[in-house]
Amino acid sequence: MATVINVSHLTQGYGKTIVLHDISLQVAPGQILALIGPSGAGKTTLVSAIMGMLRPKSGTVEVLDTPMPDRALLAKIGYMAQTDALYDELTGRENLAFFGTMQGVLKIELKQRIPRAAAVVDLQGDLDKPLKDYSGGMRRRLSLAIALLADPPLLILDEPTVGIDPELRQQIWAELHRMAKRGITILLTTHVMEDAEEADQVMMIRQGAAIAQGTPAALTAQYHVDSIEQVFLQAGRDQDAR
Amino acid sequence: MRVKGMIHRIFTEMLRDKRTLALMFLGPLLILTLVYFLFQGNGTQTATLLVKNVDQSLITALKNDHLEIKATRASSTAKTQIRRRDAAGMLVQNGDKLTLTLANSDQSQSTIIKQSLQQAQVKLKMQTAAATIKTQAAALKQLQIALAKATGQAGIKGASQPATTEKAVTIKTHYLYGGADATYFETLLPILLGFIVFFFVFLISGIALLRERTTGTLYRLLATPVRRGEIIAGYLAGYGLFAVVQTLLIVLYTIGVFKVQIIGSLWLVLLINLLMAAVALTMGLFISTFADSEFQMIQFIPIVALPQIFFSGIIPVATMPGWLQVVAHIFPLYYGAQSMTAVIEKGATLTTVGPSLLILFGFALVFLVLNGQTMKRYRQV
Ligand SMILES: Nc1ncnc2c1ncn2[C@@H]1O[C@H](COP(=O)(O)OP(=O)(O)OP(=O)(O)O)[C@@H](O)[C@H]1O
Ligand SMILES: [Mg+2]
Repeated sequence: MATVINVSHLTQGYGKTIVLHDISLQVAPGQILALIGPSGAGKTTLVSAIMGMLRPKSGTVEVLDTPMPDRALLAKIGYMAQTDALYDELTGRENLAFFGTMQGVLKIELKQRIPRAAAVVDLQGDLDKPLKDYSGGMRRRLSLAIALLADPPLLILDEPTVGIDPELRQQIWAELHRMAKRGITILLTTHVMEDAEEADQVMMIRQGAAIAQGTPAALTAQYHVDSIEQVFLQAGRDQDAR
Repeated sequence: MRVKGMIHRIFTEMLRDKRTLALMFLGPLLILTLVYFLFQGNGTQTATLLVKNVDQSLITALKNDHLEIKATRASSTAKTQIRRRDAAGMLVQNGDKLTLTLANSDQSQSTIIKQSLQQAQVKLKMQTAAATIKTQAAALKQLQIALAKATGQAGIKGASQPATTEKAVTIKTHYLYGGADATYFETLLPILLGFIVFFFVFLISGIALLRERTTGTLYRLLATPVRRGEIIAGYLAGYGLFAVVQTLLIVLYTIGVFKVQIIGSLWLVLLINLLMAAVALTMGLFISTFADSEFQMIQFIPIVALPQIFFSGIIPVATMPGWLQVVAHIFPLYYGAQSMTAVIEKGATLTTVGPSLLILFGFALVFLVLNGQTMKRYRQV
């Protein structure tokens, strides 16, 4: 298996409006790909297409050698949505257990996996609080824990570091790198340049088009600048000039 | 397993939401109790009839529990006298001629007077037949004819005088179902039973799914390998169980507290309500896709829920104009209330109410398919 995610010439949109134009990308096993781009660029749309929530208007999306959309394959994807979607009446533990069950994790496995996933995001002490009493950052962390719960081969995280403090951010990145070493593939979107610099691959999307793609080192070298942020700004100017 | 997870979640959420629980389980008992007292004592309605110069034999014949007869001698018109004495009608005899004037501001009071007059006519007929003295018989016969004329004028089909054999007529009312003391409450109960379950399940499940949609949990749920059908099945089973508990509570309450008799099988009552709950649930879930907020969901109640009451049997469907009877058949509650009435009051069995139940099942099925389709908006597989 050469690639985990294989998107080729994808055009995607809502109704008649086209949001993404001719996007192609490949992600190899154990790689971390960061999607960066301004607000409204189409990052979430690309993520939805890869998840198979949207049917490609044209082009193809393959995940783990399976053409998307494919319902059963969703069991192998750990997903964290951009907006927290959690049940306020339930406790953190109950939310984890519910989404775990939906993801297809067996009840006996849940018992050990819930504390493990909670530990990554530092929520062990708050698992039995109802969600109503969670802060914004705690909800974000719980969403991440839900994505990690089933220990899937592919993680898709839509802005996972929003609302998370620097110390915890480091801890989460350490865990993501550990998982990548184990062969888990990770795709994440972000506005934070530090996140992009942690990734193996960066893809910049602007106005629905991919404007730059490569490893952080290769990109900074290509644009003769010394940070991803400057690459991003330069690539944007180049796109406008075209 | 996923369905079980859905049910478990719905239960945990519901059991933690004490207010909704109270509303769902105590609310109906409160409503039923209120309705019970509202419709309990309706056998005592009376109408006041003023009589002037009326023959004593007729007054005797008119006497019954519902009619209060007051003699008058005043010479002012019937109109003013009825108004002044707040009566429902006035009967004036002038020789052989009887004139009936009805206030007609309350239809039921007018009906009491008309019925009393008809009964009096029958009684007089019997007396005529029994009368031994010729002159007396003739006088009674005169009264009868005048009475027929008066009631005819007042707008009812005066039993046209058959000049043929006059044999004694006795009136005895036989009750097929329920005794003479059956109240309107007992007629209402089966209808209310179906409606309450329908209403609560419709509202609660509809709003629950709506909340899943607006908070994004539905989308998040569909990002797991769960089948759309499993989500709907979870809702169906979860809220269906609550509906069963609600029905049991209501039925036991009415049997225990109001001593209402359920002639048919209790299981059948539960089955009907379970089907009603299924229709309400699938309809609620479907309707909720057209609402963007709880506020908009509430706005659907007058459109979707209320018209069903009119066709549930509270107003007898058979008395409606033809096209309205057709309209009645598109409302699930019509079938639900009809079979519920049949089972509770007439002891109908599964074979009799079967067709209605099949139709209810069909309603649920149609909405189920529609739900599966609308959920495609969020995930296309
Ligand atoms: N459900 C939808 N229906 C119609 N248009 C949509 C929908 N979701 C997003 N869009 C449009 O598609 C475009 C891309 O949106 P998208 O959510 O993919 O951006 P994004 O890159 O994730 O932005 P952000 O960084 O703010 O999350 C935007 O112009 C947006 O208005
Ligand atoms: Mg986004």
